[in-house]
Amino acid sequence: MAAKVKITIDGREIEASPGDRLLWAALDSGIYIPHLCGIREENHPPASCRLCFVEIAGMPNPVTSCTQPVTAGMVVYTRSSQVDRLVRRGFQLLLSAYHLRCGECPKNHTCEIRRIAKERGLKLRVKDLRPLDRDLPVDASAGDFVYDPNRCVLCGQCAWACRHRAGVGILGFVRRGMERRIATFGEAPILASGCTRCGECVKACPAGGLTFQKEASG
Amino acid sequence: MKTAATLEVAPDQIYRDLQHAARQRLTGEKEEPLVMVGTATCGRAAGALDTLAAFKEEIVRRHLSVRVREVGCLGDCYLEPMVIIQKPGYPPFIYGEVDEGKARRLVADFLVNDDPCLEFAMAALEPNDIFPTLADYPRGFYEQRVITELCGIIDPTEIDQYLDHEGYAALARALSMDPGEVVAQVKESKLRGRGGAGFPTGLKWETCRKAPGTPKYVICNADEGDPGAFMDRALLESNPHQVLEGLLIAAYAVGASQGYIYVRAEYPLAVERLKTALDQARQRGLLGENILGSGFSLDLAVFQGSGAFVCGEETALIASLEGRPGIPSHRPPFPAVSGLYGQPTVINNVKTLSYVPHILRQGPDWFRGIGTTDSPGTAVFALAGKVANTGMVEVPMGTTLRRLVFDVGGGIKDGKEFKAVLIGGPSGGCLPETALDLAIDFDSLQQAGAMMGSGGLVVLDADDCMVEIARFFLEFTQKESCGKCTFCRLGTKQMLEILTDITKGRGKPEDLTLLWELAGDVKAGSLCGLGKTAPNPVLSTLRHFRHEYEVHIDEGRCPARMCQDLITYYIVPQKCTKLCNVCVGSCPAEAVYTRPDGIKAINQELCIKCNNCLVTCPPEHQAVVKISPPSPAEGA
Ligand SMILES: Cc1cc2nc3c(=O)[nH]c(=O)nc-3n(C[C@H](O)[C@H](O)[C@H](O)COP(=O)(O)O)c2cc1C
Ligand code: SF4
Ligand code: SF4
Ligand code: FES
Repeated sequence: MAAKVKITIDGREIEASPGDRLLWAALDSGIYIPHLCGIREENHPPASCRLCFVEIAGMPNPVTSCTQPVTAGMVVYTRSSQVDRLVRRGFQLLLSAYHLRCGECPKNHTCEIRRIAKERGLKLRVKDLRPLDRDLPVDASAGDFVYDPNRCVLCGQCAWACRHRAGVGILGFVRRGMERRIATFGEAPILASGCTRCGECVKACPAGGLTFQKEASG
Repeated sequence: MKTAATLEVAPDQIYRDLQHAARQRLTGEKEEPLVMVGTATCGRAAGALDTLAAFKEEIVRRHLSVRVREVGCLGDCYLEPMVIIQKPGYPPFIYGEVDEGKARRLVADFLVNDDPCLEFAMAALEPNDIFPTLADYPRGFYEQRVITELCGIIDPTEIDQYLDHEGYAALARALSMDPGEVVAQVKESKLRGRGGAGFPTGLKWETCRKAPGTPKYVICNADEGDPGAFMDRALLESNPHQVLEGLLIAAYAVGASQGYIYVRAEYPLAVERLKTALDQARQRGLLGENILGSGFSLDLAVFQGSGAFVCGEETALIASLEGRPGIPSHRPPFPAVSGLYGQPTVINNVKTLSYVPHILRQGPDWFRGIGTTDSPGTAVFALAGKVANTGMVEVPMGTTLRRLVFDVGGGIKDGKEFKAVLIGGPSGGCLPETALDLAIDFDSLQQAGAMMGSGGLVVLDADDCMVEIARFFLEFTQKESCGKCTFCRLGTKQMLEILTDITKGRGKPEDLTLLWELAGDVKAGSLCGLGKTAPNPVLSTLRHFRHEYEVHIDEGRCPARMCQDLITYYIVPQKCTKLCNVCVGSCPAEAVYTRPDGIKAINQELCIKCNNCLVTCPPEHQAVVKISPPSPAEGA
């Protein structure tokens, strides 16, 4: 274990292990940075949600904190105007393709989407962008939980959990571009694909994509 | 020169013997007449295979002792099929647009008799007293051919020809140097990557060489996904050994033992010629175990990519080579440190590698003597669009746009007015007339909001709508987005929706602010180069041609009369002759009709805006015009 080093985030000095990813160092010290796709245990984080931007003194452009290793003495800002602009836009973009309707969502108010909005004072209604959400079929085959691709943010947490926590590995990304989504091999129903119904994927999902059936759990 | 003591002389001597043998085999050939037909993909598209067959048939029929060879691409696409005829006693002549008829005539008049048919010769290949050479034309005069020098002149399927032109001499020289010294030479040459970004090649090699870990890999990036670019294809089809030699030198320099050439699957001829080249190099001991007796071993394999644009991005390319989906990942780590299978990997573009043998043969100083201080060497462009002489050209870096378009390219087609150029394909930017005197290199283009990219250069005139151009390119990148990251997946889609609305006359004034901001955000927020550069065509057209956007939105008018929804076709009654009927027949929708007075008119309800009537109306009348904003139904 390497000795801890001191870094400064938003004027606050914190201790972190060099080489650790900045996102987790900040979160562990109680400093919130929006994030959806970051996986603590993963050495090659996907860096796909593009919400964890921070500015670091000496670097010209904002960087994703989930990929940024901690170095001694680094000075980090989580709220520069550039960062705020990117986070706001990234969040808006995700919501423009997201089937919000919190009242109808089993995760009502407990998801990371609401948290990001609250922490950063962002609106959930996106006015200036075109609505891009679609009506993709919902998969309720597993019984205990429901997969709703219309509420998926493509963070990949479920696929990682299914492979690495559950040791099953039936979930993954399919298709490209706007059609990219989480699915099983051949896009078959989850239950028909070897799911053990362990629920690791549902626990990992930060949004409304995978949710436990209320009536099943009650 | 520092040489590894144990290897002294050996590679060079073995090479000289190889070259000598190759030249021996070629001597007999040089005394016979020779016909060379350019059968690269571009030539084939123009009918070169028929030309080739006609030559062969005619030569056999007449029992002539003439050799016929297939060669690559000379670069003058507008004159394909191109043929070079070499007959003892004459300088070699280049002929353009040689169809079967001309082929038969050339055999009868020139090969049988002694009339070289200079009326359709384009130039002579060597200086002489009777006919101008390429260098006597502006195009040839301003061009400086380094990596395209042998393209279209040697037979790409015959290694002897490459050896005859000092091919693999640079490899022999490199093998007798210390690998570190090879890296130093490339560093000193200040060669920058031609794959788009212009990263210093020597630095990349040094990083890889110093990175811990074996095995190491080298990869040639021949994915060439930009729809307007074909130079990598032309190089592979016309002179594959040059790329192989560069890749071999790279491998020796960084200590790699395995290499791949990643070619887009749509390039079957390039793949075929590469495989032939690999076989021949292997047979001559230039590839495989103990190359040229140096103790250095390398194997190379051709890998056919899936054809997605983003697979040209290096991390996606590596994923694809490993059998995973071609989706980019975060850098660092850079491939030079952790690439293929997590091992140090050099990945370079076809053009970049093609320069390497020349640099080692002629020295870093020679290379730095061409081009500009920070972007030495030449640039290879694919001229397309409204320019007279389309095709592949190679000019020194620092050549101005004006020289490139008006001297090398022969100016605007049909004498129309220049409007803009789009450099760098879908990642590039539009530059207006005020930029014509810009000396183009990596940095000046970047500063001007464009980029070298793949080297596609599309010339635009007054008939091109800048909004539509931006929409067209963004549609391409949006479709090619892998979808992994938020900004590129959704941001380009949002931008495309706005652009589509504007070209359809549905744009709102506030759209321009949103479009500009979105473009900036997608550039700053995307994970890989595709998303980071996709907004460039939009940003640059908004910067230089904002008024065109505004006219679309405010007046519902397309100044270039290109946006289908903002125009109507109209037959000017005063200009219509009544005496012909061609427009009526040309219309697939039966929208053109004859009025009782004999004049033709268009039923707007039926018109599908196919442009046929406008094209068919005889040039002396030009009675069909496009009107923007669209005028309400006329006639009926
Ligand atoms: C979307 C995208 C597509 C690319 N396509 C190509 C390509 O077709 N050929 C190429 O050589 N480089 C391409 N590149 C650049 C490569 O990532 C890489 O920088 C290059 O191969 C390095 O070679 P160089 O240093 O010789 O330029 C592409 C980059 C991006 C972001
Ligand atoms: S519940 Fe099924 S899909 Fe989800 S992690 Fe477990 S095995 Fe994978
Ligand atoms: S920028 Fe586009 S192509 Fe690149 S990773 Fe993101 S979504 Fe994929
Ligand atoms: S958490 Fe860093 S990009 Fe998603």
